[in-house]
Amino acid sequence: MKTIYLDNAATSYPKPSEMIEAMRIFQENIGANPGRSGHGRSIDAGRTLYETREALAKLFHIDDPLRVVLTKNSTEALNIALLGALRPGDHVITTGMEHNSVMRPLRHLESHGIELSVVSSSPQGELDPADLSKTFRKNTKMVVMTHASNVTGTIQPVAEVGRIVREKDGVMFCVDAAQTAGALPIDVEAMNIDLLAVTGHKSLFGPQGTGALFIREGLDKRIAPLMMGGTGSRSEFEMQPDFMPDKYESGTPNTPGYAGLCAGLNLIAKTSLEAIRQKEMSLTARFLDGLGQMRSHVAVFGPNNAARQTAVVSFNIQDVTPSDAALFFEEEYGILCRPGLHCAPSAHRNIGTFPQGTVRFSFGFYNTKQDVDDALTAVGRLAAR
Amino acid sequence: MTAPTPQAVALFHSVSHALRAEKIAKAAGIACRLIPVPRHLSSDCGVCLRFPLAEQSAIEQSLSNQIDYYEIFPL
Ligand SMILES: Cc1ncc(COP(=O)(O)O)c(C=O)c1O
Repeated sequence: MKTIYLDNAATSYPKPSEMIEAMRIFQENIGANPGRSGHGRSIDAGRTLYETREALAKLFHIDDPLRVVLTKNSTEALNIALLGALRPGDHVITTGMEHNSVMRPLRHLESHGIELSVVSSSPQGELDPADLSKTFRKNTKMVVMTHASNVTGTIQPVAEVGRIVREKDGVMFCVDAAQTAGALPIDVEAMNIDLLAVTGHKSLFGPQGTGALFIREGLDKRIAPLMMGGTGSRSEFEMQPDFMPDKYESGTPNTPGYAGLCAGLNLIAKTSLEAIRQKEMSLTARFLDGLGQMRSHVAVFGPNNAARQTAVVSFNIQDVTPSDAALFFEEEYGILCRPGLHCAPSAHRNIGTFPQGTVRFSFGFYNTKQDVDDALTAVGRLAAR
Repeated sequence: MTAPTPQAVALFHSVSHALRAEKIAKAAGIACRLIPVPRHLSSDCGVCLRFPLAEQSAIEQSLSNQIDYYEIFPL
């Protein structure tokens, strides 16, 4: 039986051959430690990282590539931003639709004297910026929110929230774009984003173990590094460098991974974000239409409107638990999906599906209409049982 | 035999900065190259940008407003 991969929100598959080839070429022809030794191949390894920063900067409209810190994933990026910037006595605002990579660091900080406000979203997962604007306090230091939910795909009003935050003095706006980087346009200037966390292995077509954090100019002074160590720069000093990006990049990085990520980013530039979005939107619309025909047995969560969500659809079939459904889909149809809580218990509470969770089908650029039709056949059969 | 062209190097905070400077300088048409930092200039293990001394002002002009910190030394 062939498999149909519908778990792209967890990590994209398949990966472009250009990405795999770039990693192989790095290992075979460069393979040195970046920025450590001064010889030609060490410089080439450094150049691999620099070009990755440049490609990320271009995609997100960042003018200086050195404002891009390379991390192992968005979780690391978010931890640098949250744990590095917030101090006891500070107040931070977030939404009810967050992933645990935001909620867990925030709950940890809350137990260490940081005040936390969680603004609920609608049952479809949509945040009303007016609700958020009411929660500011004198000591508010940051607003952190996801750009799109990994549970329902709901696209959040990031630009509107950015405008609200920009009017408040000294408040940082941090966006978790794990689900949207490479899938939706992101412009850190137009959206007033101060801290942007992305992961490489989803819609950026990179390998696992790659990610990045953009830090707006000036804010690095307010953000302590999580890790310290060798950076290749200023080796004569025993103090951690205080400049970007070395301040946050201690230890030998995943250079082969970034070589792959860079190739993924180049492919996005070549294909165009618009073309990727159109394709993913049409697959999502086709799937939502099909589920709409099964309304009496299938409950769809989230906006149920392809224009207002990423290529992520959460649903439940009457009288079937999400885990049983996922097992049926894999065993009978070779469909790989993700049931349960998707590392986002608070988002499931917000949409009313905690603790059983949902079945999540997430499409990617390499899925086809036939995949969607096969998925609908499978859901239809389970719903009719 | 012609005398070798006098050269200078620019030292930066880090390899990332040196790579950025190299891109900017090359885009401005300046012949330059990243080399290991000469031992007499720094005990650091990094790289620096070597260019013809005659291009010093061109280098300074192209890097201004783009790289906050660097130092130039004639070789
Ligand atoms: C919304 C959201 N934030 C953060 C993450 C964490 O990404 P990673 O595991 O790559 O750090 C994910 C993915 O699992 C996500 O969907």
